[in-house]
Formats: sequence, structure tokens, C-alpha cells
Amino acid sequence: MSQRHDLRRFPGFLQLTLLCLLLLYAPLMVVMVYSFNDNTSITIWGGFSLRWYEDVFFGVEAPKFKQAALNSLSIATMAATCATIIAISSAVAMMRARQLRGRTASFALINLPLMVPEIVTAVASLIFFSAIGFTTGYATILVAHIVFCIPFAYLPIAARMQSIEDTYEQAAMDLYATPAQAFRLVLLPLMMPGVFSGFLLAFIISLDDFLITNFVKGAGIETLPTAIFGSVKTGIKPNIMAISTLLLLVSVGFVTLSYLASRMGQNKEQKT
Amino acid sequence: MLQKTQDATVAVDIENVTKNYGTFTALSRVSLDIRDNEFFTLLGPSGCGKTTLLRSIAGFEEISDGAIRLYGEDIAGLPPHQRPVNTVFQQYALFPHMTVMQNVLFGLQRLRKPKVEAEARCAEVLELVQLSAFAGRYPNQLSGGQQQRVALARALAPKPKLLLLDEPLSALDLKLRQAVRVELKQIQQETGITFIFVTHDQEEALTMSDRIAVMSAGEVQQVGTPREVYEAPRNRFVADFIGETNLLDVSVTSVTGDQALCVLPGGREITCPAAAVVDPGPGHLSVRPERMTLTVPTDALLTGRVENHVYLGTDMQVMVRLEDDEILTLRVQNSEAVVVPTIGAEVGIALEAGAARLLAD
Repeated sequence: MSQRHDLRRFPGFLQLTLLCLLLLYAPLMVVMVYSFNDNTSITIWGGFSLRWYEDVFFGVEAPKFKQAALNSLSIATMAATCATIIAISSAVAMMRARQLRGRTASFALINLPLMVPEIVTAVASLIFFSAIGFTTGYATILVAHIVFCIPFAYLPIAARMQSIEDTYEQAAMDLYATPAQAFRLVLLPLMMPGVFSGFLLAFIISLDDFLITNFVKGAGIETLPTAIFGSVKTGIKPNIMAISTLLLLVSVGFVTLSYLASRMGQNKEQKT
Repeated sequence: MLQKTQDATVAVDIENVTKNYGTFTALSRVSLDIRDNEFFTLLGPSGCGKTTLLRSIAGFEEISDGAIRLYGEDIAGLPPHQRPVNTVFQQYALFPHMTVMQNVLFGLQRLRKPKVEAEARCAEVLELVQLSAFAGRYPNQLSGGQQQRVALARALAPKPKLLLLDEPLSALDLKLRQAVRVELKQIQQETGITFIFVTHDQEEALTMSDRIAVMSAGEVQQVGTPREVYEAPRNRFVADFIGETNLLDVSVTSVTGDQALCVLPGGREITCPAAAVVDPGPGHLSVRPERMTLTVPTDALLTGRVENHVYLGTDMQVMVRLEDDEILTLRVQNSEAVVVPTIGAEVGIALEAGAARLLAD
């Protein structure tokens, strides 16, 4: 590419980039910095302190947040596990069935939840649950989370499977492995980086979902995002910033893990 | 074409095997007998059905019609893991997450062989392919040639009744390929396992095989020893595909037994063997480039003018334009003793005895 057409040399490129980065990350930075503020005001800096983190774990609202965090983590773990299993099954079916009717339609159906506005899914889920007479609560959150996590688990798994040729399974079956053994001993281990990455993605998506959860959760149960929202309604206290920072760190950690997992898989593939 | 053999045990009996993909016929009533302990090659251009036939024997393709019998037992309905047949895949398909040893043990473990026996067998086959020192490596730590040998060891380990090889040498470079050919043939003789080898490389087929089946358009064109298919091709396809050949348009005047009397371009007559039942009339004569010599124009069977030379190292290719404008290619040995006529010179061409052969279409 010639220097003249290099995007970096367009006028205003640097300024625009900096503006975008500022808009994206400045609020997050503010939250992170002010979570260490030794002041009850959220805008006036009063020196460095960990008092709000202490407040989160041992303050008046601690039991409420602890319960919410436990709910969030257990739901995220179960939802991500179920979604990953469903995603593995559908990826295998989509990639390996020789003449699967409506492959394109199936692909669209699996990934549609990514395109549907979340508020629509949320309202629809609520209507659906009340129509079938499901009592709202822990179970409804879990079911809704499993459903919307499927496409997030599916995408990395399918991407990984695309690079695995079916000759590996054929070689396994040629060497007297039953189809089940060929899957368990050969295909699944080769899919693992994608599975891991899909699971982690589904996990964080479930962990920080607010909208759908808020609609289907019913009274008396909170997840971390709804609990935070509940607290914010009565005015923002710095402890919310501390919780948000913690949640952010967990998310960033999982996204990084997911990225590393998929990259490890790619490296292995290239060397082969 | 069916070649029934009474003298040797038939390892694989392929009878009228047909494979259709929708309206496309990949294999059309293919019948072959592959003998016990034979190195048998399926040779043909890409798309001729050779790989489809191999995959049908392995169980990866379901045949539309016909029977595949392995030592008398019909295996056409069995899934791949129930067939006592192993395959060396074109891209090897070594399991990347397993070591060489784990790869080789895979088949033995699925057959539930006792651990000690399986490990002894694994050591034995790794010894056979000279990779004992590499048992602990992963496939991506091996060179292409080594990976190919692991694939062979893995397929040989369970002592299959039949080993299928799907163009296993195509990913190797030329030098290595030539060395592996000799090695592969030796291993086949040492193990006594029947090999079915698929290739599009005629040189590979000629150097290694006991017998070759030449395939084209889903049909077997000819089955025979390398010498038979090279020197006595049955039809134009076989003559053209295996080695280089010149196809001369001739007119057949009479056929007696397996000898035919033909009129060459230029008017001279010769008697030559006919490949099959050929009716009098226009026909095609196959002459190998190395079976002709250049002579003086007077009194020669064929005469023409030298059109071009191509230097090939060991040989010199000489193109001669005949009187009827056909171009004939000859190979002249690159030697001080042979004088190659200059371009434009009038030359005569002599055929060695039995060099020409009348072909079926």
C-alpha cells in the first residue's frame, strides 16, 4: 500500500482516534479512580482510600450484594455450561452432517438472538413465562440466560470447528473408534480452545446482563447488575463504583482468558 | 474388465461397484480382484473415481450398488470402525494433540489389546519405519517425511488385513518421494499385508506396483502388471496416460488374430499387434518415443522434417513433422555417439520390432 493512501495520514486521524478513546474509556476511568476516593461525595476527591471496598464486603449492604453476586455467579456458571453444551451439539450438527436440510436457516436461527433488540427479547421472555404460568424467580433467570448465551458460545466453537478437517474423525474411525469415541477422543480435544473461549464469553455475557434479567427475575431475587441498579436508584454512593470496578475486572479477566484460549488453539494449528 | 484369478487367494473382490452422487456417476460397475499380499495401484487422473473406490473400501462412502468382499466376507454394509482395514490419508490426519506413540497406539487401544502387547507392537512398527527415537514427539515437531512414516506406522499397527494408501507421497518433495517409494515397497514385502495404493503419478505406479488398475471416468480401463500397461496398453486412454506416446492415424486393412495390417501416413504398410478386437478402417497406432530411431529418409517407414529439439538432460526430444502434418515425438539419448539432425533436416524414422501397437478407442 502506498504511503499516500495510508489511512493514518488522513487529516484529523489522530485527533478523532483520541476523541473516540476518550469517550469510550474516560467514564470507566472516572469510576475506577473514584472508587478509591476517601470521601462520601462521588465528585470531590478526598484522597486515596480502600474504604469503599471495605464497605462492599463488610458494610451495611454487604449481605445484599454478596447474595446477588452468588446468584450471578451460579447462574452464569450454569447458563454458560448449558449454552456451551447446546452450542457444541449444534456446531457438530451444522459442520458434520453431510446433507443437513436448512443449514442456512439453522445458522440464522442460532445467531438471531444477537440481532434481536434485547428489550424485545426481555419483554417476549416475560410474556412467555407468564403465559405458561412459570413463577418468576431464579429458574426463569437461568432459562432466559441459557437461551441468550447460546449464540455467544456458538460463534467461537463454530469458528474453531471450521478449521478442523473431518479427516481426523475419519482417521479415528478407520482405527476402530466408534463415532462416539471419535468425538470424545479426537474431535472434542481439538475443539477445546473454541469450547473454552465460547464458555467464557457466555459466562461474562450472563454475568453482566441487566435488561433481560430485570424483566424475568420477579420480586425477591437480585443478580449483581440488578442489585447495583437498585442501589443507584436511591442515589449513587461510592461503594457502587467499587463494585462496578470489581465487576469490570472480572469481565476483563474472562475476556482476556477467552482471547488467549482461542489464540493458543490457532498457534497449535499453524505449527501442524 | 474382469480378471478372474484362480492361482492366488483373492484378498479383495470388488464386484460391479457403482457409486452415484445425484446424477453424477463416480464409479460405474467397477469389478476388480486384488490378490493376497499384492501391491495394487489404482491409477488415474483426478476425478477418475480412484479415491472414491478407496473410500468405499474403507467405509467412508456408501456404494450405490455392487459388493465389496474382503477374504470372502461382504464388508460393504459395515461402518468404517468395523472393517479390518486401515488407511494412510493423503494429509496423514495425525492427531495433533497426541504424541507419535499415542497416535500409533490409538488403533490398538480401540481393539482393546492388552497394554503390554499394544506397547510391544507400537515399538515394533516404529522400529519398522525407523522412528523409535521420536515416540514422544508431537506431529507438529516432525518433518513431512517423518509425519508420513508415522501415518504408515499408525495404520500398520493393528495388523490390518488390507492397507489403503490415498496418495500418501503427494505432499513430499521429489527426492524424498523417490526414497519413500523404495521404502514403502520394502515394508509391504516385509509385512505381507495387501496394499491398495491410489495415485495419479504414473511413475509411482510403475515403480512400486505388482499390478495396476488404470481408471478413467469411473471405469477401469485396464488391469495389468506395470510392464503390461506400459507396453501393451489396451486403449488410447491408457497409452496416453501412462508415459508419453505418439498416436498415429492409420487405416487398418485387415486383422488376423491379434495381428493387424495397417497403412501408415505416407503409404507404407506394417503389421503390428492389436490391443483388442479392432475392425478394419481408421485406427490409432501407439508408438512410444523411445522405441523409434532416426534414419536416412530413403526407404524409411515414415519420413518427415525435424521441427524442433527439446533438451531434457538425459535425453533429447526431437519433434518430426510427417508428410500429413502430424507431429511425432522421438526420444534420442543424449550421447556423443548419437548425432541429432539439425532443425529442418529431412529424416526417416524406423520403428523397433513390436514398438507400434494398434489401439482400441
